[in-house]
Amino acid sequence: MSDTTILSIENLHVKVADEGLAILKGVDLTLPGGEVHAVMGPNGSGKSTLAKVLTGHPGYEVVAGTVVFDGRDLLELEPNERACAGIFLAFQYPVEIPGVSIANFLRTAMQSRLVEGEELDLFDFQDLLLDRMNLLDMDVSFAERPVNDGFSGGEKKRNEILQMAVLKPRLALMDETDSGLDIDALKVVAHGVNTLRCEDPTMSVLLITHYQRMLDYIRPDVVHVMVDGRIVRSGGPDVAVRLEEEGYAMLREADARTVVQM
Amino acid sequence: MPKNEVIERLDLDRYKYDFRTEDMPVFRTEPGLSEDVVRAISRYKEEPDWMLEFRLKAYGLYMKKPMPEWGADLSQLGDVLDQIYYYVRPQDRMKHSWQDVPDNIKDTFQKLGIPEAEQKVLAGVGAQYESEMVYHSLKKEWESKGVIFDSIEDGLKKHPELFRDHFATVVPPADNKFAALNSAVWSGGSFVYIPKGVHLETPLQAYFRVNQERMGQFERTLIIADEGSRAHYIEGCTAPVYSTESFHSGVIEIVVAKDARFRYTTIQNWSRNMYNLVTQRALVRDGATMEWLDGNLGSKATMKYPSCYLVGEGAHGSILSIAYASNGQHQDTGGKVVHAAPRTTSTIVSKSISRGTGRASYRGLCKVYEGSTASRSNVECDALLINETARTDTYPYIEIGERSANVGHEATVSKIGEEQLFYLMSRGMSEDEAMAMIVRGFIEPIAKELPLEYAVELNRLIELEMEGSVG
Ligand SMILES: Nc1ncnc2c1ncn2[C@@H]1O[C@H](COP(=O)(O)OP(=O)(O)OP(=O)(O)O)[C@@H](O)[C@H]1O
Ligand SMILES: [Mg+2]
Repeated sequence: MSDTTILSIENLHVKVADEGLAILKGVDLTLPGGEVHAVMGPNGSGKSTLAKVLTGHPGYEVVAGTVVFDGRDLLELEPNERACAGIFLAFQYPVEIPGVSIANFLRTAMQSRLVEGEELDLFDFQDLLLDRMNLLDMDVSFAERPVNDGFSGGEKKRNEILQMAVLKPRLALMDETDSGLDIDALKVVAHGVNTLRCEDPTMSVLLITHYQRMLDYIRPDVVHVMVDGRIVRSGGPDVAVRLEEEGYAMLREADARTVVQM
Repeated sequence: MPKNEVIERLDLDRYKYDFRTEDMPVFRTEPGLSEDVVRAISRYKEEPDWMLEFRLKAYGLYMKKPMPEWGADLSQLGDVLDQIYYYVRPQDRMKHSWQDVPDNIKDTFQKLGIPEAEQKVLAGVGAQYESEMVYHSLKKEWESKGVIFDSIEDGLKKHPELFRDHFATVVPPADNKFAALNSAVWSGGSFVYIPKGVHLETPLQAYFRVNQERMGQFERTLIIADEGSRAHYIEGCTAPVYSTESFHSGVIEIVVAKDARFRYTTIQNWSRNMYNLVTQRALVRDGATMEWLDGNLGSKATMKYPSCYLVGEGAHGSILSIAYASNGQHQDTGGKVVHAAPRTTSTIVSKSISRGTGRASYRGLCKVYEGSTASRSNVECDALLINETARTDTYPYIEIGERSANVGHEATVSKIGEEQLFYLMSRGMSEDEAMAMIVRGFIEPIAKELPLEYAVELNRLIELEMEGSVG
């Protein structure tokens, strides 16, 4: 593990809490700081589960394995502690919070990152929020709308990236942010993510997607393929291209071979 | 401006009278209730004969009526009622000292950032003088418009005819056991008259009427909003109110005349030994609008159903309420709308939160009399459960005697979901913060109707309540 590694997952086994169902069956993944890794794989293979486990979802139980984030044992931390340490998940299915405006929500999230006794500067926050809404081509009126309540599918996804742009994580987990976005929106969102990466070249991205299209805009350094709770293949951007052309059938032959190691 | 002029303008002389009351002998009735007690109250208040007769008749009704067997558990109330003093002069009531106020209440005051003088008032150990300045200048404005805003006792003395024309016309003593009790022993409360066509921008706040029996156990308020007038009356406060008394039974009567618009906001946060049984009702005439905004946070048991009797064509009634029931509390609240004229409309929106062993019940009545053609009513009640042990129930009573009426009822119960909590925590909020945020969002449609300072305080209170609620 090199010094610049931000995330290192070893032999991660996860099951549904209170049930026997095993979902992740020995995931290994190393993400160096500043890189973009894509995770692809058939429906139900465990991609979202991996993202949620990294974020600390209480519905899953880690049975074996280790996750080190930025030199710390990630699995020890509560979800909010992980967030404050710099992990952000852009959800595949964002939750609605009726009655809570985006501005209020993000202000509270920012405030909770400060040490006790420190107060968020509201003017700075306002400026940041406006700047980020601008970056993502969102109407300012969105700031006063309740979080995800009554949002269209695409608006929810864009709102996830707005939150990410405001909270500036060290590691961004993006779970199918592209699905639901129209072509123009996809470009805007990708531009937003790339801008964040320019602002902070050490920011890393783990990007879950089914389609090559997103990867045209956010170029991955590595593409992992997950099947049945395991990474069965890792390689360069060409893996995604081949998947797009051949579908997961290409893996059948790959299965026969040994899994490509990083 | 020369100094003495400033002082003159502030009219500090008034304080002489405020302090003079300290020299008066203690007056309170014997514990428990009897005809003699009722007579003594009336005599002490130097009331006209008709009021004494009214009280005695109400006393008879109270003795005859059985305890309600629905709503909150009142099985312990009988003992309480045998022991309490039915009348204590307010200046004699401040018996306990700051030391006696429970620590948790002091603690909440601290956390809410309530100024010391105000803390003492809320705890019942001090009178408030600062707000009198504000009150005094507002009072001049009101007087110039012919608005009457007095204690109910002064209302009876100074405006006997207006008073008698309306008193007990909206809530007659026979209405329910506690209305009868209040009618027999009432003391304290406000008398308000808004003249025809007068619009008031600044809300009338009961809070301003200091040192005037404002927190009476058996308060009685009578409000008359004359034709085409508009006003807003606010009573109570979000901060906890400590009282050594454990029973509060008020009656609020409001007459909203033709085309008038009146809003009554009340937030109750009594300490958790209190039985709070209040009858609030408005008579709403042609084209008039009545809005109740009702928050019940404290007490041990509350039974309170603000009502609108829509008796004039095109009258509108609206009832918005929030109830919060924590450990050991039962909030049995809701609203009543009675449609008794054509084209009347009403809305009830009720939100409740229960936590721990708390129980919040929605009890609502919608009655539409035959002939109330083209009337509409819509009821929405939403309950939020903080944890598994909390309880909520809904008792909607709908009686429709008019075929053309349109009545809708919608009820939802939700639990704070794991996914919602996780979403908020994944953004950095602690579990408590996340809870508080969800609860705040839940009541937002009603909280946003509150005056700003109340809304802010309510939010902070919810944060405090959610601390340690997890698990
Ligand atoms: N809480 C749960 N309870 C029961 N089964 C679960 C739970 N969470 C995930 N699963 C199951 O685990 C498997 C992996 O789910 P996951 O959501 O991680 O898949 P995914 O790779 O993200 O799929 P998609 O591409 O469709 O989003 C699925 O079969 C799913 O039904
Ligand atoms: Mg998924």
